[in-house]
Amino acid sequence: MPKSLLPWILVSQRLGIALLTLVIVSFAVFFATELLPGDVAEILLGQAATPEAVAGLRTAMGLDEPAMHRFVGWLVGLAGGDMGTSYVNKMAVSDLMGGRLVNSLRLAAVTTLVSVPIALALGIGAAMWKGSMFDRVVSVATISVISVPEFMVATLAVLIFAVWLGWLPALAYGANVDSWSAMLRAYAMPVITLSFVVSAQMIRMSRAAVIETINTPYVEMALLKGASRRRMVLGHALPNALGPIANAVALSLSYLVGGVIIVETIFNYPGVAKLMVDAVATRDLPLIQSCAMIFCVSYLSLITLADLIAILSNPRLRR
Amino acid sequence: MMIERSNAFVIPTPKRLGYSFNWAGRVGLAVILFWAVVAIVGPWIAPHPPGEIVDWDYFGPVTADFWMGTDYLGRDIFSRILMGARYTVGIALASVVLACAGGVILGMVAAVIGGWFDMILSRLLDAFNGIPSLLFGLVVVAAVGSSIPVLILTLAAIYLPGSYRFARALAVNVNATDYVTVARARGESTPYLITREIFPNILGPVLADLGLRFVFIVLVLSGLSFLGLGVQPPNADWGALVRENIEGLSLGAPAVIFPSIAIATLTISVNMFIDNLPTKIRDRSE
Repeated sequence: MPKSLLPWILVSQRLGIALLTLVIVSFAVFFATELLPGDVAEILLGQAATPEAVAGLRTAMGLDEPAMHRFVGWLVGLAGGDMGTSYVNKMAVSDLMGGRLVNSLRLAAVTTLVSVPIALALGIGAAMWKGSMFDRVVSVATISVISVPEFMVATLAVLIFAVWLGWLPALAYGANVDSWSAMLRAYAMPVITLSFVVSAQMIRMSRAAVIETINTPYVEMALLKGASRRRMVLGHALPNALGPIANAVALSLSYLVGGVIIVETIFNYPGVAKLMVDAVATRDLPLIQSCAMIFCVSYLSLITLADLIAILSNPRLRR
Repeated sequence: MMIERSNAFVIPTPKRLGYSFNWAGRVGLAVILFWAVVAIVGPWIAPHPPGEIVDWDYFGPVTADFWMGTDYLGRDIFSRILMGARYTVGIALASVVLACAGGVILGMVAAVIGGWFDMILSRLLDAFNGIPSLLFGLVVVAAVGSSIPVLILTLAAIYLPGSYRFARALAVNVNATDYVTVARARGESTPYLITREIFPNILGPVLADLGLRFVFIVLVLSGLSFLGLGVQPPNADWGALVRENIEGLSLGAPAVIFPSIAIATLTISVNMFIDNLPTKIRDRSE
């Protein structure tokens, strides 16, 4: 076996694992929501649940079939884009989802664009001047943000920017998002909150990645040869830390998935997470399942992406 | 801190040097102990009954009678935080002990037995790690409804895979050491190997991991409560207290701020404590 194939074997292995994980996850999501809550038909009919009506509805919904059968059917439907019908308002889940998904993705994209450059600058800077005042301030700040719940970051952001300073509206989504400034104001709060949550992770991880590279003998050699601290980090350490840093970015972005649930709820942002939290309140199982799968897929893709970057950026596997 | 040694040219100054607790670790420990005591005796020292409306003014300010103001119904926030400590600390502690006990036992067994058992268990639990934690909680609570036992079990289930992976990695290393090989050669049984040879040697890092996991659990629990899916009214943990009083935010009411501070002090102090544990406890291999 030629050694140049090794990374690609690892990559396909990793993709296979991701796919397998996805199947197990969907299994867990399906059975958690489908089997645990008791009889769906009975819950749906509520007061009108006569035995005949329940039996009729069960047959109509296909609940009589074995669970395994329904699971496979659900999975096949999901793969083909058919996410079922909402229990509550009888609309197709994909119709409910469409616009919401775009909103959530837009929020995630804007957050990524804002947080990645800032976080990398801070993380690499902290590593470059390790042990300095700047490094310590950044470390304490990131530890604090990581240690507190997302809703607290959001609450503080509202308190500071909306209540005390009065710069931004507390609620995210105004009806008229027609001008640039209006859009900026509408997105500002959720983006600020999410950026804080995601950046804190990214700063810590990229700082650790750069410091690990600084600890290698060839960087020490550069220092001994008289390279300045800046040149040592930017010229010698950073190129070799790029892989781990990219890995850190992808991993940190997976924190978006948890953060977005809280942030969309607190700011009333019409995204998938808000849809899901509302669906939990009404126990709308098909909707919950689909939203959960969307989150799991995005989470898994980010984690897998991080792993793939780590594999492909490791030159030791390439030669 | 300056180290008077000849290796000053080594760029990475060793971060963790001594074995004693530094002041940050001590402060962290003090705050943790404080909240532990509050969780136990809190309800008895509360100045007002936590569930009772004691002030007709809602979102009241800090006064001599109500040390942390009043909430959206005019209940005393100070008393409710004392009571909430019991839910937040109690639920998180129960779940983290369950998660780590399960994860560590399975991890050690997998490391010692190895083979197919190890592979299948690892794959399966890794797959569960592929579900975002808050989402897992949301789905389970949506399915079975929220109650304290459900919360404890769900949170434990969310964090068991991570604990398993951590303990297994440590146990695999210990399992490869000479003294375990010797024990195996003398014909010791698997339970003996696990309890006498491996467990004592991974205990330190496992305890540090337990602390970090405790923080994660407190965060997810308060997140769930904040979404209205955690501890149910009239009871309230700290996350639920923030949710109840979030309307008071625009008024700058202390009712939102103090429960948030309570969460932050607990989680930050646990992190501080764990970060500053003596190296000897954190990692025996160093």
